[in-house]
Amino acid sequence: MLRFSSSKLVGTLAVIIVGLALAIPSFFSPEQRKAFVASAPSWLTALVPTRAIVLGLDLQGGSQIVLEVDRPDLTRTMAQQLRDDVRRALREEGVQADGGVQITPRGVQLRVSDPAARAKALPKLQALSQPVTDAVLGQTGARTLEVRDEPNGTIQLTFTEAGTNARVRRAVQQAIEVVRRRVDLGGTTEPSIQQQGADRILVQVPGLQDPQRLEEQLGKTAKLEFRMLADSAAGDVDLLPSRDSNGQKVPVERRVMADGADLTDAQPGFDQKTNEPIVNFKFNLRGAQRFGQATSENVGRPMAIVLDNEVVSAPRILQPITGGQGQISGRFTVQQANDLSVLLRAGALPAKLNIIERRTVGPGLGRDSIEAGKLATIAATVLVVTMMFACYGVFGLFANIALMVHVGLILGLMSVLEATMTLPGIAGIVLTIGTAVDSNVLIYERVREEVRAGRSIPSALQAGFDRAFATIVDSNSTMAIAAIILFFMGSGPVRGFAVVFILGILTTVITAVTLTRMMIAVWYHRFRPKVLPI
Amino acid sequence: MRLLRLWPDESHFDFMRLRRFSFPLSALMSVGTLVLFLIIGLNFGIDFKGGTLIELRPKAGQSDVASVRHTANGFGFGETEVQEFGNQGAISIRFPLQAGGETGQTLVMQKAHEAFDRDYAFDRVETVGPRVSGELVQSGTIGVVLSVVAVLLYLWFRFERELALGAIVGTLHDIVLTVGVFVISRIEFNMTSIAAILTIVGYSLNETVVVFDRTRELMRRYKTMPTEELLNRSINSTMSRTVMTATSTALSLVALVLFGGEAIKGFSVVMLIGVVICTYSAIFISSPFLIYIGLQAGGGIRATGRDPAALPQAAE
Repeated sequence: MLRFSSSKLVGTLAVIIVGLALAIPSFFSPEQRKAFVASAPSWLTALVPTRAIVLGLDLQGGSQIVLEVDRPDLTRTMAQQLRDDVRRALREEGVQADGGVQITPRGVQLRVSDPAARAKALPKLQALSQPVTDAVLGQTGARTLEVRDEPNGTIQLTFTEAGTNARVRRAVQQAIEVVRRRVDLGGTTEPSIQQQGADRILVQVPGLQDPQRLEEQLGKTAKLEFRMLADSAAGDVDLLPSRDSNGQKVPVERRVMADGADLTDAQPGFDQKTNEPIVNFKFNLRGAQRFGQATSENVGRPMAIVLDNEVVSAPRILQPITGGQGQISGRFTVQQANDLSVLLRAGALPAKLNIIERRTVGPGLGRDSIEAGKLATIAATVLVVTMMFACYGVFGLFANIALMVHVGLILGLMSVLEATMTLPGIAGIVLTIGTAVDSNVLIYERVREEVRAGRSIPSALQAGFDRAFATIVDSNSTMAIAAIILFFMGSGPVRGFAVVFILGILTTVITAVTLTRMMIAVWYHRFRPKVLPI
Repeated sequence: MRLLRLWPDESHFDFMRLRRFSFPLSALMSVGTLVLFLIIGLNFGIDFKGGTLIELRPKAGQSDVASVRHTANGFGFGETEVQEFGNQGAISIRFPLQAGGETGQTLVMQKAHEAFDRDYAFDRVETVGPRVSGELVQSGTIGVVLSVVAVLLYLWFRFERELALGAIVGTLHDIVLTVGVFVISRIEFNMTSIAAILTIVGYSLNETVVVFDRTRELMRRYKTMPTEELLNRSINSTMSRTVMTATSTALSLVALVLFGGEAIKGFSVVMLIGVVICTYSAIFISSPFLIYIGLQAGGGIRATGRDPAALPQAAE
């Protein structure tokens, strides 16, 4: 019969009231919410929900960038470091490699034709191979390098797959730190930076006005080096483009005298004489010592300030710089000097990052989408509510109340779960408005049938609810399966749609089945109708 | 007060007889879709094709599509599509995927900003690189296949085997025809379209399950009823629900088409057509399909072939 235990009644109402209460903050603007939290006493803010639904970037406007560690670039850097290590190892053993150490696509190779020398060098080279350690797996048993001693006197040092992967993982974690510092120093609000997959970083910045600048800042490695300008292109030199000579290549010594890792601070400023924007920097103790020594040894020679393999400027060293402070000039604009100081403060990226995906939505478009979504929701509600009332009368009214509660519960659950509302999510809500009444329709149609079959009113109501319940479970379960898969396979906004859809299915059971049943039970006991008005 | 009835209370329509028309019609449409799919293909958005999409809005006054088209084509980034859409003079520009890896895409953005920053606001910018788009295709396909398999498993446990098969045939039919809608309408196929298809999978099954739930119930009650009559009865007795739900869902989708904005218009249109397809297939494809497989007319149905206790019972 249509009886409810009072505990069930209270329980259902409590769930609904709490759920709806959670939705309330979302109807106020962020300013109003902030004002409320600031003015209300703390016991009240602890009791009253103040958290609103998080709007996705497609609704509030903003930028999303997916960065990927450039594996080839990272491998190149690794190979260069390996070459330095190999050279040091050879130097320590006093071994000469014929023709030097060459970089190969996946490591380095060298040739030591003297067997005795090779026997001396090999253990040292083998010691360069380290066991791979992984933050998650611990020691994996694999090694970072494969050392092959070939019969013709060539020695190949190749990076293993496991070693490279571990290095990529480390690089991603390091890069996340650097990216976070850069975005924070750029002064934007509430950025979200997370790892995605093995070698990717997802950066989301809401409300960003100038996504291009963010891209430029994130894409730069910001590897700063102080090296000496070489006299000729022969010997241990790199040919690097120079800003002073409009991109023409100039020879720069390979030896790095100091680098950005030793910086403690960098600030934009102006040159006192020329009034040109510059960047002032400060070294830590180690950097100051190295820089001091290098500048005192090379007074009178030009020193190249190399940023990301470009010579920014090459001032002549007039006197030893021992205070650990200096300045970089390079025909900067104020903005460039500002950006460079941010990059230097945040540190260098371990490898180049490529932008593999970017999505930016202007704030105006986001506002338009919200307005359109509101309008569509209201229109859908009016249409469905009218139809339900026209077809089922007072029972339709019950279904409509359940429908409103249903939408409110979705919003409430979304706020408490901190799920993100996206544009497809709004579409999901509108769609849910259409499908949510399905459960009620199933029940009502069943009740009609049972009445036609000659059952008494209470027994027809009872049978309608009971019989329809199995169908409701089956139909909602199949929808839920599709929605859950959508959640796991989808990305970004589509996920938002899946969340709404899953929550919609969950709340249907509470509203369409339990809540309507209660309303009908109360109504029946109050009026005792002789004929069912449906 | 007289209540509105969208479908008569008592109906005895012979739905099963229409299978002589509906099956050839659906077969024709499915084959047609397949052929068109192979010849024309889907209008893939940049999610799946890679490339750059830019939406511009004039900062003041009118937008000049012709000049934007001329400028954009002049960049030399290959086949560039420039379209006007919506009613506020918004312009969308689509650049194909550029060679030269990720930096190629960045170059497109720089050029575009140089050319249009003065007169237009950048409402939306999306760039998807080649690897990302490949992965999105992959995960989208896996998603659809996985959902069909998962649902099949669920139905297998909850229903008789024939009913599960009937539901799957109906669902596949709906997926194929929905893809056909995308092929013919040239509505852009992107991540949101995958969402539309999966939702249609859900809706399609919902429709079929409601009818089959009734079929199962009647199978137990009338053990000797011929299959055709049984199915006709199931459909007729659930028809008022089917019409109601289809109407309410369609109404809300109409609201979405009319007021939801440009960004989800394609999604809403496809969903709207999808609801019609799903309703049609639940009645004219999934159910008559049962006649063809195993549930022969005239014979006792094998509803008692299993332990009835293993099947979910509606409480009496």
